[in-house]
Amino acid sequence: MRRVAIVGAGMTRFVRRAQETGKELAWEASSKALESCDQTLSDIDCVVVGTAPEAFDGVHMKGEYLSDGSGAWRKPLMRGYVGGGTGVFAPLQGWYHIASGLFDTCLVVCEEKMSSCQPHPQGAFLTIFDNMTERQLQPNLLWIFALEMNAYMSRYGLSKRDIALVSVKNKRNAALHPAALLGDANITVDDVLASETLAWPVQRLDVSPVTDGAVALVLAAEPVARRITDSPVWIEGVGWNLDTAYWTNRDLSYPTYVEEAARMAYKMAGITEPRKQIHIAEPYDPFDYKELHHLEGLMLFDKGQAPEATALGITQRDGDLPVCPSGGLLGVGNPIAAAGLMKVAELFWQLRGEAGARQIPGNPRRGVAQAWGDLMQVGTVIVVGL
Amino acid sequence: MNRQVAIIGVGWSGYHSISPDLSYKELMFEAATKAYADAGIDPRNDVDGFVTTAEDMHEGTSIFDEYVPDQLGAVQRPVHTIAGDGLHGLAAAYMQIASGLMDIVVLEAHSKASNILTLSYITAFAMDPILNRPLQAHPYFIAGMEMNRFMAETGTTVEECAYVSAKNKRNAMLNPLAAFPAHIGPDEVLLSEPVAEPLTRLQIAPHADGAIVFVLADDQTAQDLSDTPIWIRGLGWCNDTPSLESRPWGYPAYAELAAEMAYRTAGIRSPRMEIDFAEIDDTFAFKELQHLEALGLCDRGQAGVWTTTGGTELTGEFPVNPSGGCLGCGQLLDASGLARALEVVLQLRGQSGKRQLGNVTTGLAFAWRGVPTTAGAAAILASER
Repeated sequence: MRRVAIVGAGMTRFVRRAQETGKELAWEASSKALESCDQTLSDIDCVVVGTAPEAFDGVHMKGEYLSDGSGAWRKPLMRGYVGGGTGVFAPLQGWYHIASGLFDTCLVVCEEKMSSCQPHPQGAFLTIFDNMTERQLQPNLLWIFALEMNAYMSRYGLSKRDIALVSVKNKRNAALHPAALLGDANITVDDVLASETLAWPVQRLDVSPVTDGAVALVLAAEPVARRITDSPVWIEGVGWNLDTAYWTNRDLSYPTYVEEAARMAYKMAGITEPRKQIHIAEPYDPFDYKELHHLEGLMLFDKGQAPEATALGITQRDGDLPVCPSGGLLGVGNPIAAAGLMKVAELFWQLRGEAGARQIPGNPRRGVAQAWGDLMQVGTVIVVGL
Repeated sequence: MNRQVAIIGVGWSGYHSISPDLSYKELMFEAATKAYADAGIDPRNDVDGFVTTAEDMHEGTSIFDEYVPDQLGAVQRPVHTIAGDGLHGLAAAYMQIASGLMDIVVLEAHSKASNILTLSYITAFAMDPILNRPLQAHPYFIAGMEMNRFMAETGTTVEECAYVSAKNKRNAMLNPLAAFPAHIGPDEVLLSEPVAEPLTRLQIAPHADGAIVFVLADDQTAQDLSDTPIWIRGLGWCNDTPSLESRPWGYPAYAELAAEMAYRTAGIRSPRMEIDFAEIDDTFAFKELQHLEALGLCDRGQAGVWTTTGGTELTGEFPVNPSGGCLGCGQLLDASGLARALEVVLQLRGQSGKRQLGNVTTGLAFAWRGVPTTAGAAAILASER
């Protein structure tokens, strides 16, 4: 298989309400990614755009709208989406563009502007439900994720306090991220437990915030990557998996689709013992319980054991397996597709030792990032290494 | 191109002007079932990945990819959706196989246009929200202006454009899939009511419902499973600017660039000599002519004369849209380009019935995503490698 590397990364600040249009956010992230590896648009063969859903800014065919801001003027452009999993799916798509042999370089751009959805972007999520069977109930995402969080807590006898530790860890990590929206070095578990209840057991500080932002990566085929940089970060494994739309019929306490996606990526990367062979993880954490859920789906901890590992500090930045050293979605922010790609960018910076104050100790050589989305339904996984 | 990829199964549902008796899931299920039977595969065991193409606002559902796995037999498998035409989806499926990651990939695209009560208002949401949407213009004004500019730059006449409608609707009479076949002449096309001058009603492809599924496989698998694999020899896709203010109005650069990539990947130097026929986007009648020229199949300004002198008829030297095109079959939203590719596959297999062309081994399918976009995609398919 043709080897593909990440050679550059850039991102905008993640903010509550950007003054820029979506196009401008995409342009800023793309420009920074290109500058980070001394490339220009003329070096780019094709562009992959990730953004979803369109209801946030009400732009139909949003990939076409974003195309010029993403550098796709007179270039092949493709936009794929798998809901919230899009941010980690986009670099997988960039990978297959290059691995197919059709292209040597690819600019991967993920943008989300949620703030233009008024009065609140949760309104856009009313339209993700089945128009025959569910939409009449007017469910929103907080509502169904509360069901999932409950299922997870009752299955393993977990308390709110066990789960709030994740929110505290990630928001504290994010305090060192220059692009973060909700970093807080002094937050405590009691703050999380005292925050406003949204849909029990979900409270405000269990959830990532509404955010605007964009992230971009530059990918290149092996010989090109080696010309561009001395320390390319190779894409070693890719995996994605979509479960049934009938989410009401599933066991919500375990994300089987994440496990299937992880197995696909690990197999390609030749990983047989993920707990030993992976040094850093960026699982998707739009809610604090989701980080735990996904760590188990990624087979980095046994089922029901991720909360204890968190309590023991194993997932801290200086722990045995640093998890979300970026600060994750809970701390940096959650502009849906861009948030997933931010996780891949974090692995890129961490593995190259460029993460500044957030740098984890011990020269990590391999990391995994994962995103999740749709109706608690899709897992997207990427394994990258030096 | 590296690892070779072939189409080993095709299936379809439709096309219908309306389909109140069927949901999009039933359309997809019917097309998928036919394609799996055609390829001789079991989706739950044999398929490595699935690709669908859909736009949220055409579906009325945000992040529509949620609702694709069940009716395709794709639950708990690698599935993703492309917000593009079916031919962009074909490229996505191709790349997953060519990379060596997968051996068999299923591609699906569909249209349930009849569910959309206010399609022109939906299309208007694709215009720039700050610069263009406040004009509150019907999006077809863009097509009317492009047509005017095209005619001014090339000397093409409105009669020549009308001839395209008549030809394609006539071809559609021989196609049982077609939703809008008709025996009409160019005069009737010109006499239909004006929509956006100089476009008249019968120069605009009406929308239709339908679903199309392809099964793709790598070289070895294709030869094991199929007696008539249709090879993907070349692929290309490209965007020009989305901005109305800075695009070339008379010339579809997106088509030229997409074709350039497709010819390059297929190793084709003189397309008119090496390709036997084409299925080309004709959402608006003039687009067939404009695309023919940009695809390098005839000189600029010559497509109109070529068409009216019979060169692109079923019996002509280079048949264009033997299926009836979008004008005859119906415009299938995000499946429109895949419908073009379906006809190329059927022609190359010799399964096109009364409209079958003689001695064809290589065909071109070209898709455009419609106003206000400048997105084009091309595929070159062949019965021999």
